[in-house]
Formats: sequence, C-alpha cells, structure tokens
Amino acid sequence: MSEHETAPQKGTLQLVSRSTYVREMLLQSLFFLCAFMFVLVVALIFIFVGWKAWPIVTDYGLMQFVRGSVWSSGTGQFGILPLIAGSLIVTLGALALGTPLAVGTAVFLSDVASPRVRSLVRPAVELLAGVPSVVYGFFGIILLRSIVARFTGTLGFGAFTAWIVLAIMIVPTIAALSEDALRSIPEGIREASYAMGATQWQTIYKVVIPAAKIGIIDAIILGMGRAIGETMAVLMVVGNAPVLPKGIFAPLSTMTTQIVMDMPYAVGLHRTALFAMAAMLFIFSMLLVATVRLSSRLRYRA
Amino acid sequence: MNKTLVNRVALGVLWGAALLTVALLGAVLLYVFINGIRVISPTFIFTWPHGVNAEGGIWPTIVATVYVTGLAMLVSTPIAVLAAVYLAEYARQGRIVSTIRFAADSLASVPSIVMGLFGFALFVEAMHMGLSMISAALALSLLMLPIIMRATEEAIRAVPKYMRWGSYGLGATKWQTVSRIVLPAAAPRVVTGIVLAAGRAVGETAVVLYTMGQAVNLPVTPLDSGRPMTVHLYMLAVEGINLPAAFGTALLLIVLILGFNLTARWILRHYRKV
Repeated sequence: MSEHETAPQKGTLQLVSRSTYVREMLLQSLFFLCAFMFVLVVALIFIFVGWKAWPIVTDYGLMQFVRGSVWSSGTGQFGILPLIAGSLIVTLGALALGTPLAVGTAVFLSDVASPRVRSLVRPAVELLAGVPSVVYGFFGIILLRSIVARFTGTLGFGAFTAWIVLAIMIVPTIAALSEDALRSIPEGIREASYAMGATQWQTIYKVVIPAAKIGIIDAIILGMGRAIGETMAVLMVVGNAPVLPKGIFAPLSTMTTQIVMDMPYAVGLHRTALFAMAAMLFIFSMLLVATVRLSSRLRYRA
Repeated sequence: MNKTLVNRVALGVLWGAALLTVALLGAVLLYVFINGIRVISPTFIFTWPHGVNAEGGIWPTIVATVYVTGLAMLVSTPIAVLAAVYLAEYARQGRIVSTIRFAADSLASVPSIVMGLFGFALFVEAMHMGLSMISAALALSLLMLPIIMRATEEAIRAVPKYMRWGSYGLGATKWQTVSRIVLPAAAPRVVTGIVLAAGRAVGETAVVLYTMGQAVNLPVTPLDSGRPMTVHLYMLAVEGINLPAAFGTALLLIVLILGFNLTARWILRHYRKV
C-alpha cells in the first residue's frame, strides 16, 4: 500500500496510483462474480434439470405425461395427474387450515400483544420455523397418524394427516411475513381510526388488514410455495400410493414424495419422468417468487 | 350487535390463534422431549449403531451431520458475503442487480427435493464425486447462499453512512473502507446469518438423502459417504423398528438446532456494536 493513495471517487481516479486502481477494480470484479454466481446457479439448475427431463417430451409426449392418470413404472406409464392432484389437495388443505391461524397470530403480534407478550410469542414462532421437516414428519407419523387412525378406523395415512402436519409447518412462514407487512403500516392511520371512535377490532378489520392486504397475500403465496415443495414431512404421513385419492383418509402421493420414493431404482424413462416433475416444481416455485416480486413492486409504486 | 362486545370477542379469537400457535410448538417439543430424554446417554451419543442399525448409539450420524454442515459453510460463506458486499456497497440499481435478486429469491425457494435431485445428477453423477460429504455439502451450500447473503446485506446496510465517510475522509480506498470499517461493524449480524443458515443445513433431509448416501459410515475425507442424523431419523421412523432411538435422534436434532438459534440470538444481543 503506497502512501499517496486517495479515495477512488468519481472523476478523481487519477489521484490513485495505478496499482491501487487495478487492485480495486479486480476486487470489484471478484465481488460482482460472486453476486452473479446466483444467476449462474439458478440457470445451471434450470438447464441441467431441464436437459435430464427433456426426453419426456420427445420420447413420451408431454400431454400423455401431464394428463395421464396412471403412474406405474412396471408398465412404463408415467401419467402425473394423480400426483398433481395429490400435491394440490395436500397444499390447498394445509393453506385452508394454516392461513387463518397464521394471519391471526400475525395480527395478534402486530396490534394486540403488549411488548412483553410479543417478546415471548415472536421467538416461539421463529423456533417453530426452525424445527426440521423430518421432525414434523416424525411427530406426524407417530402421534397424529395414530390419533387419526383411531378416530377413522383407517391406517391414518392420507391427506388429512398431511394437512395438519403441513399447516403447523407453514404457520411460522406466513405469520412472520404477514407481521412484517402489518407492522409496516404507519401508526398514524391506526390513530386516525381510533380518533373516529372505532374500536380496536374495527381498526384492525377495516383499516389495518386492508392496508396490509398485498403483503399478507404475498406471505400466503410464499407459504404455498413452502407447502407444495415440502417433501419429508409429507412423505412420512401421506401413505405413498400414486393413485387418484379416494378421500381425505386414503393414501396418496404428491409430486415431491414420488420423486423420493422412486429415485433409488428409477432408470431410463422413469428417471426422466422424475426429473420432469422436479423441473415443473422448480418452474412453479419461480413463478410464485416472480408473482410476489411483481406485486411488491406494484405496492411501492402505489 | 354491540361494538364493544364484538371487539372483545374478536380480540379473544386473536389471542386464541396466538396461543394455539405457541401450544403447537410446545406440543411438538414436549412430545419429542419427554420420549427422547430417556434415551439420551453418553452411550447413545458416542457409540455406533449395531444390529440392523437400530440398536446402540448414533455417533457416526452426528459426525456426518456436523462434517457436512461445516463443509457447506466453508463453501457458501465467502461467496455469499462477497456477493452481499457487491450488492450493498458497489452495485447501482439496474437490470443486472434485479436479476441477481430474483435469482437469490428463486434459489431460496427451490423445493429441497429439487435441489437434492440436481445435486445427485450434477455432483454425484456428472462430476463423479459419488455419494459423499462434498456432494452433499455443495448441494447444501446452494441452499445456504441466499440466507447468508440476505443477512449480510441487511447487516452492511445497517452500518451508518458516517462511518464510511470518516474512512474516506482519511484517504482510504473503497476496499479498505469495506474490509476494515464496514465488515467488522457488520460482523455480529453476518455471523448470526451464517449460524442460522447452518441450522437450516443441519435440519435438511431431502437434499442430503441422495447426495450423501444412506449407509452408516464415519466420514474422514470429503469423498466419504455417510448417513446424517436427519436421514437416520427418517429411516428409523419409517421402518418403525427402534422408536426409542428415533426419539433420541429427534431430540438431539432439535437440541442442536435450538442451540444454533439461541447462539445466533446471543451473538446478536451481546456483540452488536452499531
């Protein structure tokens, strides 16, 4: 480091010695490369998984793949309709159960709880997010499944058990993000509502929630992404039968769980089908992210 | 209806929602704790499984989990931190930056089994690393990158502008300012992000299932295979042969992750300089 270097501000770069200038530029390029790595990695995943999945289009037929209702490696039939149905049933049910609980918790944290209560509940919600999915699956298969089994006379594997497990898992995601959205609403509009004689609930229901609406919807979308991509916890409680489900207490499979089940022995077209499902899941999660980014851009412009 | 009454009922419902959420956490933790604590002993932690991997201890799985997490941290931390430095200190808003942010968000939301499948196809097969610690660590590091980057970027942005001005005023270059002033000031929050990302990696199952292998093995070199705690728990739970060991493994896993979370909080509280 020479003595005569100065800050490389715009237009004053000639004041810096040449070696310093070169070093600064090299470092900046290195940092850019690290940041650009994210784009490269996503592109690599996309291209690599897509390349492995491509034969499903050329050798099997996309329509047959997406609309076929039989998944059987024995007969070489890879219709993923039952798996798509399974994923949708499990995800939507979990959202229906988890969303009210999560948004209720978020409103509680942002508008109802005293700072003391909040400082107890908020860490609990964060810890709930940290528990690994395999532990939720374990909890589900040992405790919830046997309870469901006792009440229904089935084995307890199926959509219903998966709903409860998944609902518990997405609550922290949706609650934390919704709370951020609710807290970003200025205190002033709450005070204006109180000044009009509104009660706390009227303020929450008529003023705060509508104002934070887009943020809450974003939170639910991200929760949905979490639910549809969730693998281990669902795998352990759905019963793993790749058929169109015959009710919420009957075994079924989702796209993620079928990948895990078949991966150890899948070869040829069968493996291609698994990669094609992975590609679909990846594209779907990217679409959800794009939706959220787009809506938050709209929110800031408004 | 009387609006005061409606108010009371509605607030009661919100209290109920929050209590139910806390109760669910309590139920999961308590259930695993009560059933697992009886199993935990030095023998359980420090010996090998025997029989059909269902009796004895779980030592090799603990080593595999710590090994792969450490390796993944080594890979992802430098890239994620430097990427955050670029985004927070150097980049000007534009198409490239918003593409990078979109890529980071996408990476953060990739379903873990997709990452597992990708890791299997690329690292295990195409790059011939086999089922190994390094394959699993590389796949895991992709998952940790966006978490560490986000934490670091927030940490850097929280460093007050005047600290940079002071540095520039003394004639420091941009890199000198970043490396001697900004990063040290942001360090506690950066470390917090790294620790939280490590916690995620410890609990991850679907990513390591087909990149690390499933055979019980004590890994020594990065090319060795092994079975992490999460996969061990999955196998025990699904086969149902040794539930006490499954509870013990689940409890240790939770303790490990709670440890990571509490450490992160502690760092944040005690070392915050800014």
